[in-house]
Amino acid sequence: MSAQTSSETGSIQTSGTPLGRDDLARLVAKDIKPGSFVNLGIGQPTLVSNYLEPEQDITLHTENGMLGMGPEAKGDEIDEDLINAGKIPVTELPGASYFHHADSFAIMRGGHLDICVLGAFQVSATGDLANWHTGAPDAIPAVGGAMDLATGAKDVFVMMTLLTRDGASKLVEACTYPLTGVGCVTRVYTDKAVFLTGPDGVQVRETFGCTLEELQALVPVPLTAAPAVER
Amino acid sequence: MLNFIDTVGEAVAGIKDGSTVMIGGFGNAGQPFELIDALMDCGARELTVVNNNAGQGDQGLALLIKEGRVKKMICSFPRQSDSWHFDAKYKAGEIELELVPQGNLAERIRAAGAGIGGFFTPTGYGTMLAEGKETRIIDGRGQVFETPIHADVALIKALKADGKGNLVYRKTARNFGPIMAAAAKHTIAQVSEIVPVGGLDPENVVTPGIYVNSIVKVA
Repeated sequence: MSAQTSSETGSIQTSGTPLGRDDLARLVAKDIKPGSFVNLGIGQPTLVSNYLEPEQDITLHTENGMLGMGPEAKGDEIDEDLINAGKIPVTELPGASYFHHADSFAIMRGGHLDICVLGAFQVSATGDLANWHTGAPDAIPAVGGAMDLATGAKDVFVMMTLLTRDGASKLVEACTYPLTGVGCVTRVYTDKAVFLTGPDGVQVRETFGCTLEELQALVPVPLTAAPAVER
Repeated sequence: MLNFIDTVGEAVAGIKDGSTVMIGGFGNAGQPFELIDALMDCGARELTVVNNNAGQGDQGLALLIKEGRVKKMICSFPRQSDSWHFDAKYKAGEIELELVPQGNLAERIRAAGAGIGGFFTPTGYGTMLAEGKETRIIDGRGQVFETPIHADVALIKALKADGKGNLVYRKTARNFGPIMAAAAKHTIAQVSEIVPVGGLDPENVVTPGIYVNSIVKVA
């Protein structure tokens, strides 16, 4: 695949403003192919479930042993034996199944999940993911299922703000935080743009509230416009 | 041999100082709280505990840690909003932590129960949790060698047992129960109900009774 030239960048879809958390979740939900088996990570990725349409027929996996997870349980629905990976009470949908922890991670590690959606501290230009540990010397490390999700799913989508509070890009040449997985991220959904990551470098699918040139000024890795087929 | 035991205290009485104890549960689901409380009361010390977490709030495993009875935790996610007893011991250097990715934790436990001496997995490859471990490229992917986790005792919670020790669980409370039952030399299950032999549909048994040594009914 040849690199895209800057003359083609004008054809990237650009919307007027940066996306909020819910808009981003709606966009990720829309991009999930019908019939997919999906694991949504704790935190921002969980919002995606609010925007999945029944016609998409998406089956949600939770690593504590269930396929066919339904929405968060409310009131009388709350059952202490039925929780998600974030330990939030959830519901079961018709057709749900339960299995033990090793089977649940075999579903993940065996490459059976189509997509997992994760948050991130940093993503590198080649799709390395850092999302479990800041590396601070006094931090208590806790990894949970992050490394299994990152290496096991067919596609790993990251949802994050593009910039830290200090204005530094979280899309980086090489991660400075401890890695969760190597070369595992395939797409990065941010408030300012959707990026495709892989061995060919970083391609931009669409931008929100900025041009590709303005985006490039924020991000320390070379960006190219994604071919139309990817958009 | 299978024993039906009247009290949780008698069920855990044989747990010795220095034992490795697996404790089932993920969050509160499937956590054998009564057996953990009994382990607290029985006084065993210098324990290595295998659990997904490292105790929450002021109950169960968190109290065992607070009282200095746990020498080492093997877990995937010790740090939580309410893991203050573990946090304090860890920061004081009074507890050892072996941090294991959750899928490796589950598979290492499963491997122990299945008599497997180890396995290669891509999980953790290229990360600090693989430092010092043997690696290989298999099918073009970097993989890390992981070894089984055996235990002296497993404390698990199931919904029902029958007279042969067969177990069924309830919803996501199943989690680590079946694999821990197989991985430990001695498995103690607390159950809500005991039914006679033949009272469970053999097609629906999740943990065959061969893995279970002691059963205690907890109301």
